[in-house]
Amino acid sequence: MEAESPSGVAGKAAPGFEPKIVAFCCNWCSYAGADLTGVSRMQYSPNIRIIRVMCSGRIEPNFVLRALELGADGVLVAGCHIGDCHYISGNKEAEKQIARTARLLEILGVDKRRLRLEWISASEGQKFANTVNAFTKEVRELGPAGYGRK
Amino acid sequence: MSEKVIRRIIQDTHAFDCVECGKCTSVCPMTRHKKDFAPRLIVVKSMDSPSVEKLARERDLWACTTCGQCASMCPYKVDYTEFIRALRAEGAMLDVTPDCSQGGLLHSMMRVMAKGDLEQDRLGWAKPPLEVAEKGDIYHFTGCSRHMAQVFVGRQGIDIGSVPESAVRIMNAAGVVPAVSKSEVCCGHDLNWVGDEDNFARLVDRNVAAISATGARTVVFTCPEGLRTFSKDYPLVAEGELPFKAVHISELMVQWIKEGKLRFRETTGKVTYHDACRLGRHMGVYDPPREVLKAIPGLELAEMENIREKCLCCGVSGWISCDADTKLLQMDKLMEAKRTGADTMLTFCPKCQLHLHCAQADKVPVDRALIDIPVNDFTVFVANRLEEKG
Repeated sequence: MEAESPSGVAGKAAPGFEPKIVAFCCNWCSYAGADLTGVSRMQYSPNIRIIRVMCSGRIEPNFVLRALELGADGVLVAGCHIGDCHYISGNKEAEKQIARTARLLEILGVDKRRLRLEWISASEGQKFANTVNAFTKEVRELGPAGYGRK
Repeated sequence: MSEKVIRRIIQDTHAFDCVECGKCTSVCPMTRHKKDFAPRLIVVKSMDSPSVEKLARERDLWACTTCGQCASMCPYKVDYTEFIRALRAEGAMLDVTPDCSQGGLLHSMMRVMAKGDLEQDRLGWAKPPLEVAEKGDIYHFTGCSRHMAQVFVGRQGIDIGSVPESAVRIMNAAGVVPAVSKSEVCCGHDLNWVGDEDNFARLVDRNVAAISATGARTVVFTCPEGLRTFSKDYPLVAEGELPFKAVHISELMVQWIKEGKLRFRETTGKVTYHDACRLGRHMGVYDPPREVLKAIPGLELAEMENIREKCLCCGVSGWISCDADTKLLQMDKLMEAKRTGADTMLTFCPKCQLHLHCAQADKVPVDRALIDIPVNDFTVFVANRLEEKG
């Protein structure tokens, strides 16, 4: 079964497995935070594919499921800290949506550790790097999700 | 290439037999509100310019609700619903996808189920005093009501989450302990109707394996879509003959009522019944649900103007193409139900319930009092009226 990796069977990490992670970052805080990480020359795992969205509240359950379906092993959602949202309460909406999605993943039997919500401000370049590194490590240990095979 | 494919589909569905009487168009619920939409015209278009790609990128192919009213009226039995489905499958091969409601969340869930080996939390509701078994002659297909209840969590007045549990309560009351399986996956109805045949086939394999493992010979459905998919689509896709037959719970309920195994409490009130398209026109199950309602003492059944094969559609099928026109169609349906003077409209289909609830919760173009009728699940309603055991 390991031969099928990295798109093989869930939970069976082949040696050298590198996860694919989709990160949704909000335009106002987290994407700027990611930018700061880059311009400050901080190193972070290259496993991440960032998609910029206007607000973390935009992330609906279907974004997460679609990412998994297309072969992502983990999904990171990053937004402004509570109270800092550019749209006042978008990140509170994100909190609700992600909780709802996590429950859906539980029912589906997908490990909910594959979905993570973090608050990263535009000044927290280091936090962005740390978050990405920690999440990549966790997903690497979880092994391939395996929902993306053709 | 395209021409050959279309020719084959036309042949398979007997679309050449069309005598252009227009009956299909006159009964089509979509034609009521969508200008220039007609089942027959899609066939004509496919002959005029035989390009799958062009057809698949047009509105009409995806706007059809595949409710089957056209085919039920057609004197020459042209199978328009299958015509649409087959053409969609060809379109899907060219990577044409429709606009799906909920952003395609439900389809994504099904594809994840098709491709991953999941330990699903399907049976979280199966707690004592409910009795279920791992093996048995009768299998209860729980379906996706638990998943759907979570997708639509927070919407008021929706009772689809308790459908599996209610079905087992009814079966237990009749002395049947159904087998259930946590390896069961979604039946694949929605993937089949958006044309994703590969993942549909994967789901079929998983379900046939899971159900065969329980040794069941009869599979009981509450959901009309599951029943239709297992009865009509699974035999075409599964390898070999299916080791079980699919029946609807209402058919068994009628049998149990006749045998005196099911008894109901005295109930007051008036209900109306919505024939879901998959249960009615697709499967021909019209009478059993009505007989069950008649067996509940004190309950009055008020019929709508359009029932049985003329029953109006809930507007959306397979989570495709929900738009302003479908909302108008849902208004027609709700107004018809309200006019009966019933306290509630019952239906077996969780999706009919969701779509009609959604229409009520939205901005509505008519007086709200005209559509203000609760829509509830048949199974849950009946289970709540079972006679308490001594």
